[in-house]
Amino acid sequence: MEHYLSLFIRSIFVENLALAFFLGMCTFLAVSKKIETALGLGIAVVLVQAITVPTNNLIYQYLLKEGALSWAGLPDVDLSFLGLISYIGVIAAMVQIIEMAMDKYVPALYNALGIFLPLITVNCAILGGTLFMVERDYNLAESAVYGVGSGFGWALAITAIAGIREKLKYSDVPDGLQGLGITFITAGLMALGFMAFSGIQL
Amino acid sequence: MASQAKNNVIDPIIDNNPITLQVLGICSALAVTTNMTAALIMCIALTSVTAFSGAIISSIRHHIPSSIRIIVQMTVIASLVIIVDQILKAYAYEASKQLSVFVGLIITNCIVLGRAEAYAMKNSPGMSFLDGLGNGLGYSVVLLVVAFFRELFGAGKLFGHTIIPVANEGGWYVPNGLMLLPPSAFFIIGLMIWAIRSWKPQQVEAPDYQIHQVHRTEVL
Repeated sequence: MEHYLSLFIRSIFVENLALAFFLGMCTFLAVSKKIETALGLGIAVVLVQAITVPTNNLIYQYLLKEGALSWAGLPDVDLSFLGLISYIGVIAAMVQIIEMAMDKYVPALYNALGIFLPLITVNCAILGGTLFMVERDYNLAESAVYGVGSGFGWALAITAIAGIREKLKYSDVPDGLQGLGITFITAGLMALGFMAFSGIQL
Repeated sequence: MASQAKNNVIDPIIDNNPITLQVLGICSALAVTTNMTAALIMCIALTSVTAFSGAIISSIRHHIPSSIRIIVQMTVIASLVIIVDQILKAYAYEASKQLSVFVGLIITNCIVLGRAEAYAMKNSPGMSFLDGLGNGLGYSVVLLVVAFFRELFGAGKLFGHTIIPVANEGGWYVPNGLMLLPPSAFFIIGLMIWAIRSWKPQQVEAPDYQIHQVHRTEVL
């Protein structure tokens, strides 16, 4: 139990996908002008991450890993080179399925998140989460915890930067830094803040 | 036609740079720039994927049904990235370990998909190839500049060769450790955007909110 809790905390703060690994930066910078939209996107990322990371983990453990096909009588087959294309396929399909399921069963949530869901397919935080899971060889339970935690960390980061940017628009920024430039510098300062968590061993 | 081709390659390098103006493909621009070697390999990988995916997608563009075009584009891009990944693993294993997940993340790099969607779906294969090449080069310029500053000031080296002798090896330069940490990449790109926009003022964004300037005649 303790192990999972520490993995969860670590994936939120110490190994924050947005601020320590720069994943999902495009959306992080483009969709962070308002807190509400940032929060909506954040929730969508947590949801997709919580489903795709464990699913991809199953695919990796039982189909692609070296020797994973031994249950089918093929112990020497190594399909790990097909990893990238399978993961992105799963992510695209999952996003589509979540979108349809939400449209049918929770239309209120669908209307709130609707426009963000298709965007998530190309959010590198999602594929990045899966690739880190493969690189670190997590098992199913760990990958579920990691999926939720890393999604949550990303949501936290984008909501925080949206809050800062809402205030920032009232400040007097030099012309050349207006917009994108100052956002980069703000994100840098936030990353510096998150560095305070690095080195914490749980 | 020739000038069109030239524009496709030259234009994205400064005037319409994918990173500093279009805000695309930033993730890897920040993550792989701690040294020049990794950055250079990443640039070559991304430029070739963008150029070839443009050419391939453009040559099959009349056969792709528009409702499933994203997934078709993704499949083409993912296949190209797998090829790049396998080549790196075979011939540059150390580098591919260092780049870790970021080679795979070329699939979701917005530059590749963005160019496929915005340009390759409407233009001929040759032009799309050049457009991909140009955008890849625009990305490479930013990446190499950031990596140059980070490696030079963070470790006193370029491509692993010592340029400035650092203090703990008997030299005079005390390296700035911050340069090797994630936040410095944000600062360098932020400052670079500032520099480019001061040089080319037409790229400056309009502020969202303007403080009302009270003229003294209004007060009276």
